[in-house]
Amino acid sequence: MITTETSTKPEVLEAVIIRFVGDSGDGMQLTGTQFSDTSAMFGNDIATFPNYPAEIRAPQGSLYGVSGFQVHIGSVEISTPGDEVDLLVAMNPAGLKTNLHAVKPGHTIIVDTDAFTRKNLEKAQYESNPLEDGSLENYRVIEVAMTSLTKEALKEIKGLDNKSITRSKNMFALGMVYWMYDRSTDHTIEFFKTKFKSKPELIEANTKVLNTGFYFAETIELIPNSYTIAPAKMAPGTYRIIMGNTATAWGFLAAAEKSGLNLFLGSYPITPASDILHELVKHKHFGVKTLQAEDEIAGITAAIGASFAGSLALTTTSGPGLALKGEALGLAMIIEMPLVVVNVQRGGPSTGLPTKTEQSDLLQALYGRNGESPVIVIAASTPANCFDFAYEAAKLTIEHMTPVILLSDGYIASGSAPWKIKTVRDMPEIKNNIITEPKENWHTYDRDEETLARKWPIPGTQGLEHRVGGLEKDRVNGNVSYIPENHEYMTKIRAEKIKRVQNYIPDLETEFADSGDLLVIGWGGTYGSLYSAVKHINEEGYKNIGLAHFNYINPLPKNTEEVLKSFKKILVCELNTGQFAKVLKMNFNGFEFLQFNKIQGLPFGNSELTEKFKQLVR
Amino acid sequence: METTATKEYTYKDFSSDQEVRWCPGCDDYVILRAMQKALPEIGVKKEDVVFISGIGCSSRFPYYMDTYGMHSIHGRAPAIATGVKLANPNLSVWVITGDGDSMAIGGNHFIHVLRRNVDLNIILFNNEIYGLTKGQFSPTSTVGLKTKSSPYGNTQPPFSPGELAIGAQARFFARVGGNTPKEMTQIFIDCQKFKGTSLIEVLQNCPIFNDGCFDEFTDKKVREDKQLHVEHGKPMIFGKERDKGIVLNRLKLEVVTIGENGIEQEDLLVHDAKEEDPTLHQMLVRLRYPLVTGIIRSFDDVTLEERKDAQTKEVKAKSKFSKTDDLFFAGDVYEV
Repeated sequence: MITTETSTKPEVLEAVIIRFVGDSGDGMQLTGTQFSDTSAMFGNDIATFPNYPAEIRAPQGSLYGVSGFQVHIGSVEISTPGDEVDLLVAMNPAGLKTNLHAVKPGHTIIVDTDAFTRKNLEKAQYESNPLEDGSLENYRVIEVAMTSLTKEALKEIKGLDNKSITRSKNMFALGMVYWMYDRSTDHTIEFFKTKFKSKPELIEANTKVLNTGFYFAETIELIPNSYTIAPAKMAPGTYRIIMGNTATAWGFLAAAEKSGLNLFLGSYPITPASDILHELVKHKHFGVKTLQAEDEIAGITAAIGASFAGSLALTTTSGPGLALKGEALGLAMIIEMPLVVVNVQRGGPSTGLPTKTEQSDLLQALYGRNGESPVIVIAASTPANCFDFAYEAAKLTIEHMTPVILLSDGYIASGSAPWKIKTVRDMPEIKNNIITEPKENWHTYDRDEETLARKWPIPGTQGLEHRVGGLEKDRVNGNVSYIPENHEYMTKIRAEKIKRVQNYIPDLETEFADSGDLLVIGWGGTYGSLYSAVKHINEEGYKNIGLAHFNYINPLPKNTEEVLKSFKKILVCELNTGQFAKVLKMNFNGFEFLQFNKIQGLPFGNSELTEKFKQLVR
Repeated sequence: METTATKEYTYKDFSSDQEVRWCPGCDDYVILRAMQKALPEIGVKKEDVVFISGIGCSSRFPYYMDTYGMHSIHGRAPAIATGVKLANPNLSVWVITGDGDSMAIGGNHFIHVLRRNVDLNIILFNNEIYGLTKGQFSPTSTVGLKTKSSPYGNTQPPFSPGELAIGAQARFFARVGGNTPKEMTQIFIDCQKFKGTSLIEVLQNCPIFNDGCFDEFTDKKVREDKQLHVEHGKPMIFGKERDKGIVLNRLKLEVVTIGENGIEQEDLLVHDAKEEDPTLHQMLVRLRYPLVTGIIRSFDDVTLEERKDAQTKEVKAKSKFSKTDDLFFAGDVYEV
């Protein structure tokens, strides 16, 4: 074990990465969330990421039952939850075993020694106790008998069962970490008061344990020094911590309010998209209508029905669900109806890795339908901008009368970060295509000259009775048509309509360098990783590396080729085998698209990216 | 729905300009005309009527109605219609489907829409065959039926739509022969008045691929003797001579003759369509002699949209949020 000098003055750090791990029933998500919320209120920039098993309650103490929550806080700009951790809090041997590799050598591990029993060590497949066999000598290990200290602290409080007592030990750990990083316990105590409103004994117990942990850390000599992380320099404004999925849900709420349309969600539960359903179903007070459907297909088709009846309709899913929705999405596309499909990507194929992140549904989103069936595809790239791209998806579908697929992924959807709150007042206008009066010679497929969008006549409007359907329609009168030339015309105009969306989306921007030796390209949820890696290498003196991150996939931004031309080498980084690289190759001739791919269900790490960048500019 | 129409409609108001393309002699023509005659009687404005269909011969139906309509994808019409109705409960929403569309590819949506009791009217064109794909057996085809996909005879036992529907908690089930337009029109009017999911099974003859499959019950010459047309509150009497009736003998329905073995009309079962307990309704659905037609079950219950609406009102009354700003700035926010 490394011994450290004692110092009375708190050490000042720019950023710190902490990971809380334990059994899936140990309350690690709650512990992590409390720490990150408190830090955000203190003014730190933060990014978090939960990592939990697919099993709800895996056998206690098992390696696959470990649940973790990582938080990255800083006085500097934080763009990812971070890779290697400065502090690991391990509530049991399995948590230690599965996470030790992520701890920076020389850094701190706090363990609950009470959990290091022979039985638990066996379950974690340890042959000897790592606390005793010297295997942790490269780390600063802080051994605390958290379970017994928690029991001791609570012996005076009446009305608590054994389970509630043991379960509150996570608050002991949190109390310790609060003291280590100079945080107040106030926010968490307020949280107890709301959460356990009807159970005063639990408010008392949790507060007691939290404070005991806090004072314990202060008192014992095992923790020699404390750290502070100063508030970050962030744009002034009102902030809140938001999870990607919540931000997505709120983006749609904002779009519904701005457009004056009712929001309708048809959805079938699927990890990691269900939280959007959970969030929207709460908001009946805004007139949100939701249907938890019998399957993925009913989710999207109910949404299509609601759209036909004039709602802003969406369906939410993850990869396997998008596969099931394919035929219905084709219907929405041919009847030219507004519809947003949110795909929170996860590891595939098939059931794949439900709780892990991946970007492997890109080609499915672009091409996963029968026939020529282009739709708009956009991707959010941070937990907070899920709000903006949900709003944008709604705006584009309403204004262009064609379905939009919004891609998110498990990493940004479950991760959280500060969000500078936006109000509907500041969001761009949404112009709908609804017609309320019959015009002479009105036809279903009359189009706007600029966007090629058709009108949106809504049942209940006199004189606009009409039929739509999945059969090809006559370009003029909207009746069923098998005429060969008409089919070709309609196929082309549906594609042209998507292409023209280019005129309504922003240009692609480059960061760090507008031209130079290497252009790093990414799309969607990898933005934080790529941004921090390019920033990192830029600070090391590599000033000739630029980053171009895509949020608009179909259509691509107009200036894409121009950006590509400004760099000697292009590296496309993706969490798949190279799907976006394929798209770029198809669209832009004469460029060599180098690839950096990772298919491990994990986000990019900073060092693997910077190493690759250096290789290419050396 | 607006219950008083602003103007008097005739069936022509509901006929679109599209040429009807079903095979000559198909019962679909009868159903189409029965519907066009029923709609002026239901007191709903034309612009409030929506037809949603799936795929199959029957599903061309919306193109021939001059109302709002969607010819959608195979099996999904009940889910689409659910979305339409939830988005705008003022609309009169009709689902047009067939035996393959509703009970094979769309089986899941079919049972769930009935369970939820959304206020929709589902017209199920049952011809016990796949017509549009040119003659394969369907989930209602009888065992032994020789078709293109069962040249040695169908080996799959059939569903009975009514049994399946009542098992899935259908509150309204009616059956009608495809060659009795008057009864059909009346049932269409009645099902629109019913609040909740109505399922109407039409025994629809396909003259091309399964001609005569219902003849033993629907042929003009035999139908009075082979069909019992039930009406709520009336005794179960049938037969050309109006001398046959139904009694309950232990746990079975039994056909009796009035005046024989001391049976009087008072001994016959009186039809109670509104009873919540579906036991007797199921027995009537299963009966093959006589085949029971008319409204077999019509039990009033809360609809999905009523439940949702009540919940929304309750949440709205208690909520402190009226605009999204109220939500976005609530709770743990902080200034930088």
